[in-house]
Amino acid sequence: MTNRLPPGPHEWIDRSKELPFTFEGRRYVGLAGDCVTSALWAGGERTLGRSFKYHRPRGILSLANHDVNALFQWGPKLNLRGDIVQLAAGMNLTAVNTFGDLGTDKGRFLEKIGPFLPVGFYYKAFHKPKALFPKWERMFRTLTGLGKVDFQTPRMQVPKRTLHADLLVVGAGAAGLAAAIAAAEADARVVVVDENAGPGGSLGYQRGADGQSVALLGELLAKAQSLSNLELRLGTCAAGFYADFWVPLVSASGLARLRTKAMIVASGVQEQPAVFRNNDLPGVMLASAAQRLVYRYRVKPAEAMLVLAANLEGYSAALDMKANGMEVVAVVDPRPEGEASAVGDAVRASGIEVLCGAWVREALGSNGRLRSAIVCRLDESGEARTATARIIACDGLLMSVGFAPAAALLYQAGARMRYDEGVQQFVPDVLPGGVFAAGRVNGVYATAHKIEDGRQAAAAALDWLAGRATSSSQPAVRDGRSPSHPYPIVAHPEGKNFVDFDEDLQLKDLFNAAQEGFDNIELLKRYSTVGMGPSQGKHSNMNAIRILAKIRGEPCGAVGTTTARPFYHPVPMGMLAGRGFSPYRTTPLQSCHKFLGAVSMMAGNWLRPEYYPQVGKSKEEAVREEAAAVRMAVGLIDIGTLGKLEVRGPDAVAFLERVYAGTFADMKVGSTRYGLMVDETGIITDDGVVARLAHEHFFFTTTTSNSALVYRELSRLNAMWRLELGLVNLTGGYCGMNLAGPRSRAVLARVSDIDTSEAAFPFLAVQEATVAGVTARILRVGFVGEVGYEIHVPADQAHHVWDALIESGRIHGIRAFGVEAQRLLRLEKGHIIVGQDTDGLTTPFDAAMQWAVKMQKPFFVGQRSLAILKQKPRKQRLVGFVRDTREPAPKEGHLVIDGTNIAGRITSTAWSDTLGMQIGLAYVSIPLAQPGTELQIRVDGGVLVTARVAKLPFYDPANTRQRIGDDARERPENESGRSSAVEAAV
Amino acid sequence: MYGAIGVGSSKMKIMHCPINGPRPVSEFQYGGELRSIPDPAVCTDAQWADYVFNRVGSPGVNREWWFHIPSNTWFIAERDTAADRVLRTWLYGEGPE
Repeated sequence: MTNRLPPGPHEWIDRSKELPFTFEGRRYVGLAGDCVTSALWAGGERTLGRSFKYHRPRGILSLANHDVNALFQWGPKLNLRGDIVQLAAGMNLTAVNTFGDLGTDKGRFLEKIGPFLPVGFYYKAFHKPKALFPKWERMFRTLTGLGKVDFQTPRMQVPKRTLHADLLVVGAGAAGLAAAIAAAEADARVVVVDENAGPGGSLGYQRGADGQSVALLGELLAKAQSLSNLELRLGTCAAGFYADFWVPLVSASGLARLRTKAMIVASGVQEQPAVFRNNDLPGVMLASAAQRLVYRYRVKPAEAMLVLAANLEGYSAALDMKANGMEVVAVVDPRPEGEASAVGDAVRASGIEVLCGAWVREALGSNGRLRSAIVCRLDESGEARTATARIIACDGLLMSVGFAPAAALLYQAGARMRYDEGVQQFVPDVLPGGVFAAGRVNGVYATAHKIEDGRQAAAAALDWLAGRATSSSQPAVRDGRSPSHPYPIVAHPEGKNFVDFDEDLQLKDLFNAAQEGFDNIELLKRYSTVGMGPSQGKHSNMNAIRILAKIRGEPCGAVGTTTARPFYHPVPMGMLAGRGFSPYRTTPLQSCHKFLGAVSMMAGNWLRPEYYPQVGKSKEEAVREEAAAVRMAVGLIDIGTLGKLEVRGPDAVAFLERVYAGTFADMKVGSTRYGLMVDETGIITDDGVVARLAHEHFFFTTTTSNSALVYRELSRLNAMWRLELGLVNLTGGYCGMNLAGPRSRAVLARVSDIDTSEAAFPFLAVQEATVAGVTARILRVGFVGEVGYEIHVPADQAHHVWDALIESGRIHGIRAFGVEAQRLLRLEKGHIIVGQDTDGLTTPFDAAMQWAVKMQKPFFVGQRSLAILKQKPRKQRLVGFVRDTREPAPKEGHLVIDGTNIAGRITSTAWSDTLGMQIGLAYVSIPLAQPGTELQIRVDGGVLVTARVAKLPFYDPANTRQRIGDDARERPENESGRSSAVEAAV
Repeated sequence: MYGAIGVGSSKMKIMHCPINGPRPVSEFQYGGELRSIPDPAVCTDAQWADYVFNRVGSPGVNREWWFHIPSNTWFIAERDTAADRVLRTWLYGEGPE
């Protein structure tokens, strides 16, 4: 704890709470409020990590939440940034990107071969011989990447919240607080976020050995806290700007999605490094980093400081160091005239040596620590005059040569920036409506000016919120001085003068990239990888722009910037990941299925029973028994998943005539009819049964997976046609079940007073009647090929009716049956399932369903397309096929082969116990469509098997099974075969 | 007041349903370009095929069907696809279409 300074005002640490932790196996004790980096620095640690490419020792650079050479792993948590992660008791930290111990990292050899790893080397090398490429790839996978992923890491669940505000202020520094207070005083609901753990921004640490800034900070905070409509969120990063003022706010506790109406960006600036040889030695750091260490954490950055200052802020930092008991050996200022301000005078008056017109050419060190620096005078062209070299001993070197705006949110919001030669910084030029900038990001540096700038932004934001034309906004008050040096860079023949600390890019790398033709900023970025590391160029993009501007002989404004995409700051994936919700629907009968132990499957977004397992029996046996129950006795299936729609009104018939391909005008009240729906191109989209309940009242069903889509499209068509009718979706309001089998009539008769005789309730009729005391809509159907009743009841009564039917059927051997049995049963009847036996190119002609299309109507959706298609030769047709042998069985999707050509494919197939053979549906070319034709089907393993085209339906072609008694009326064979309820496509 | 619709990326935009007012775009579904159907009785096959298969793909101001899912509301949106900006919305038959 020798590096800890005595207590000071507005320090962030709590000296009463000591937090023990380990780093690389060594024990340390930090304080509550420390970040990992400050605790390690206080403990005397100087090498916090190894650089990405050359594995050079690295310490603190910025301590501004983007220090990506000080990354740590703590158990499964990897790449923790030491400057933003709060220290916790018991942390067991290791450095990332080392091979073995941090101190003796075996990766150090990479620096020795550095000359063989020029910029872009991986684009140029390792292509030949190709056979070796996997080896190279393995090697680079080992060398690259940071941290070790623990695949056993438990799923991280992060709370997500939603917030609303009138105004979001990003940054709780002088400008941000002033803006927030002004807006809150005018009754706006204001949220202020700051990514730092404490408020105040530069007011808190750039003090210049002066108490004024913290006094002002105290006043602003007191004012802010007194306003109940101002919410200050610290340790919270506004990570991106999305359309319509949608901003994700990331904090350690989770992610909040803020919808605001206006935004003031007062995010400040990021200090930028100077470029000289060994500018990455631990001990060399940005001046603001040293100030943060001193004032936030009360940690001594070093004992003897050399300050490289090209601005007032650097001189101010020199005063801060001296005031806190450190020796400032000299201030080196590249400007020949030095700092002509009161702060400059104060530095000179304090006895600190000031070297004007000079630059640090090289830092020198040993064992990963800074020991001294070589300072040279600069010539007129800005090059170091080596003859003037002077070695100055120091263990700390502070760089204060310039800043870059933290303007990511402004860019994302669509701001246009321009390079201001006065402040040598990109500043907002044109801002989109509702987005404002204040403070240093706006190029305004003096404290009083920042306060003024913040208030001005608040006034403009209030105008925007009130819908007023923004009052003639004053131009930002810039100070008439340049805090940033236009070219804070000196070359060195031996290199190791780093421009990008994330990616270990040296000055020569950028020159080489430009020389190879990548001299556009976006190309330079991608080729050299400058700005592509974890900090996304927060400390390198500005210098890269300056270097490229110099190479091209253009101003920085002409070079431009790269795109600043969200997220502004990397976050753990858990912040972004959802909970993996996948919503599904169940019918009101779900508890009945659960009671019976049903195995469920997804059908569309419905959970449906696939089959009901039987103790000691396989799935196949259970399915076979369910099917057999329907054929021999009686079965009950939940069809509550069908779309159930109702249309009423004078135009109800006209509407159905327009949306279905069939005709409905001639339907008698109390009858049902099959309906086939096609889209405008004539492709089959859905089918169902239409029941006429009254002259102007129809109830109709859709397939399971299309229920929402059909209702949606019918709603659109009706919005367009403006017919006089009401369309109601009863899918969730009603539940249906299909009671089917030779004993179904007897089962129904026991729980209903309905006359079930063929005369009173014929095939394809519909009745409203009572079942188990519940008013039900009952449709005589034959989807599975037996006598059957579709019983639709209000959803809340479904459970009761199901139980009553099961109870009533007990003596008849009733079995609940699932989707698997139903698929087999309907296949035996040759009924198609839309979506399984049709696809996005299937017309009614292909599916052999011309019978369901009535071309003579005045209009229906798809009619004109079908009229055109009808004239064209058919390419394929849906046919049934049979096979007597069981193995090897064709499967859905297997191809029909004709010689060397693909002549079709199978859409449905199953082994039928009832028929004693393999049956199926397939699309085949027209020459193969004749019954009796032999088909060659290529099954798994490439084997060809033979099947025979058969007439449909396979089972009960005369449809005698689905009629009762002797009074069955004759129907055209093909139509009656299909005019039964059609079950869900799955 | 909503002149800034379309600023930034397209994620989580606000859309104005003529019935329900401003809602997050995740509640809406795109329903295709608003097109006028040629008279099927008199148009040529080529005209019909053009109507069925071809869509305007060029950026600019388009009129489109949009659907507010929770309330089953269809409406028309005039959208500048180049600027990614919804200019106005109205119920079919009650606007300028």
